[in-house]
Amino acid sequence: MTSVPVAEAAPAPGAQEFIPGAPPPASAIADIWRGIGRENPVLVQLLGMCPTMAVTNVLANGLAMGLATTFVLVGSGLFVSLFRKYIANEVRITSYILIIATFVTLADMLLAATFPDIRKALGPFIPLIVANCLLLGRAEAFAAKVPVKRAVADGLGMGLGFTLSLSMLSTIREVLGKGSILGHPLFGPRFEPWVFMMLPPGGFLALGIALLGVAYVGELRKRRARRAPVAGRVAA
Amino acid sequence: MRDLSWIFISTMLVNNFTLVMFLGLCSFFGVTGKVETAWRLGLANTFVLVLTAVSVWVLNTFVLAQTPYLRTIAFIVVIASVVQIVEMAVKKYLPVLFRQLGIYLPLITTNCAILGLALFQTSRGYTFVEGLVFALGAGLGLTVALSLMASIRERTELSDVPAVARRMGLVLVIASCLSMAFMGFAGMGTAG
Amino acid sequence: MSGPACHVPEPPPAVHKSTPAWRLLLTLVVAGAAAGWLIVSVYNATLPAVERHAAEQVNEAVRQVLKAPARWDTLYLVDGALTSKRPASVNAETPMAFVGYDAGGRRIGAAITAAEPGFQELVTLMIGFDPATGALTGYDVLDQQETPGLGDRIESDTDFTRQFPGRVAPLVGVKRAPATPNEVQTITGATISSRAVVRIINDAVARWRPLLQAYDRGGQE
Repeated sequence: MTSVPVAEAAPAPGAQEFIPGAPPPASAIADIWRGIGRENPVLVQLLGMCPTMAVTNVLANGLAMGLATTFVLVGSGLFVSLFRKYIANEVRITSYILIIATFVTLADMLLAATFPDIRKALGPFIPLIVANCLLLGRAEAFAAKVPVKRAVADGLGMGLGFTLSLSMLSTIREVLGKGSILGHPLFGPRFEPWVFMMLPPGGFLALGIALLGVAYVGELRKRRARRAPVAGRVAA
Repeated sequence: MRDLSWIFISTMLVNNFTLVMFLGLCSFFGVTGKVETAWRLGLANTFVLVLTAVSVWVLNTFVLAQTPYLRTIAFIVVIASVVQIVEMAVKKYLPVLFRQLGIYLPLITTNCAILGLALFQTSRGYTFVEGLVFALGAGLGLTVALSLMASIRERTELSDVPAVARRMGLVLVIASCLSMAFMGFAGMGTAG
Repeated sequence: MSGPACHVPEPPPAVHKSTPAWRLLLTLVVAGAAAGWLIVSVYNATLPAVERHAAEQVNEAVRQVLKAPARWDTLYLVDGALTSKRPASVNAETPMAFVGYDAGGRRIGAAITAAEPGFQELVTLMIGFDPATGALTGYDVLDQQETPGLGDRIESDTDFTRQFPGRVAPLVGVKRAPATPNEVQTITGATISSRAVVRIINDAVARWRPLLQAYDRGGQE
């Protein structure tokens, strides 16, 4: 399920380490793919852990949180990039936080108007997107340095990568913990749900196992690369 | 109806901010290499949480009563400023304390536990005193969780762990076990 | 050991000359004004839908706990007494009672909301009862964070919930089949959550019954 390619030289890094100084020359399409795979915010960069575990007990919540975060990432990326020449260096963090908080508030209100049940289930975790370090990280390290098109593509890629990871975790937790997917029962009435997976420790365990899987894939690649140095290239 | 001891026990143990509500995970995973740093960070957090509870109460009562839609922005801006001011004040007047806690203060600004406290305090409509108790319980709960995690991690340093688990995998599995242990507190204060 | 770096990245070295203070202020003021304008306009645009959803939720709960009344009145608790007049400042925190009537105009009962600690967090219920006799018409769980599969059966287990209509508060939770009209059988594996429901109902009825009776006496003149 998780065919996430892992870069060899990525020891649980922060966002900055990927883009030292200027971003590497790349197309918008490459920006999108990077967020989904090689620099996946959850599985590789370990950013935004609070929502990752707090809302991933059922798929609907994980999906909603992922899409709301994507909306904020794209919106803030667009505005940060658009005004990057006008935002003075001294007030840039404040300005970024202001832009992010605005989009979070918008996402919260739109969700309240369209899907009140999901918004109620997510509760304060929607406003908490502001404190998700992924957003400030992308604004500072990427959107503030590139043209609008690439900033939006990066926001979209990071957002989709975030949404995919959250959906994956919440699918595992909902199927095991409730025996259903998006509320539809999967197994017969004799299925005994593994309630543990719905509870907080199940969240830690699910992500722990996912990370072990990612590390295992990385380890395999490293071993293969050592044996045949030519074949061990990472699909970028 | 909502008595203070229940709020305190509930936030510190039953609904522990870190292990049950998943708030402040960044510092939980990032700064729990050593017990010494962990509990100091926990205390610095408690300090900022109590200050946040006070400022949020002031904001909610006098500023945001008519404009609830500005909450998110107001909270994040006020929290950032409060931490900044506290940092400057502590540095100037309590240099000894600053040397022990100071370096953690900037780390706390972007900690979701602080914003989480502000949001939960608001959505539950806590009064001033209830808010203070809530902040104190949350802070001590964080301190307990951080110290426990750090003391376990100190021990795993010396053990032979498979290569794949050496980074975050093992830490998350430990967190899962700790969280499971804290589930045992559920029902405390209400059973009977 | 480097965990997820979650602090604000260090500012890059100041390579260009510093900006005058008025420009910094101008940037922030313009950004703040634009953000405020955007938020207020979206707030105004979404407000009707949000209020409609909230009202629908309450209506549905009232219909359920009062067994589909033909109509109902809303009473507001102001200064320790109930009034049918809507106070100037009504919000979600204002305590309210919904008094339902059947098609013939006979009163079915009153629905009220109450919240108290459950196993994990506060459990919020809407409770329907007849103020004259203290007999329950039912309850509906508005909010709960109880253990999935165990404690949350206070919401989903119909064997448990269907006991309540007709029972007379104050209730007693028992582990065997109920023998008297004020006993209810608790859920196996969720005794604390079941007892929390019983306690919330008892406290709420004890609090609201005198208020509603006082309102009845005042209303009859």
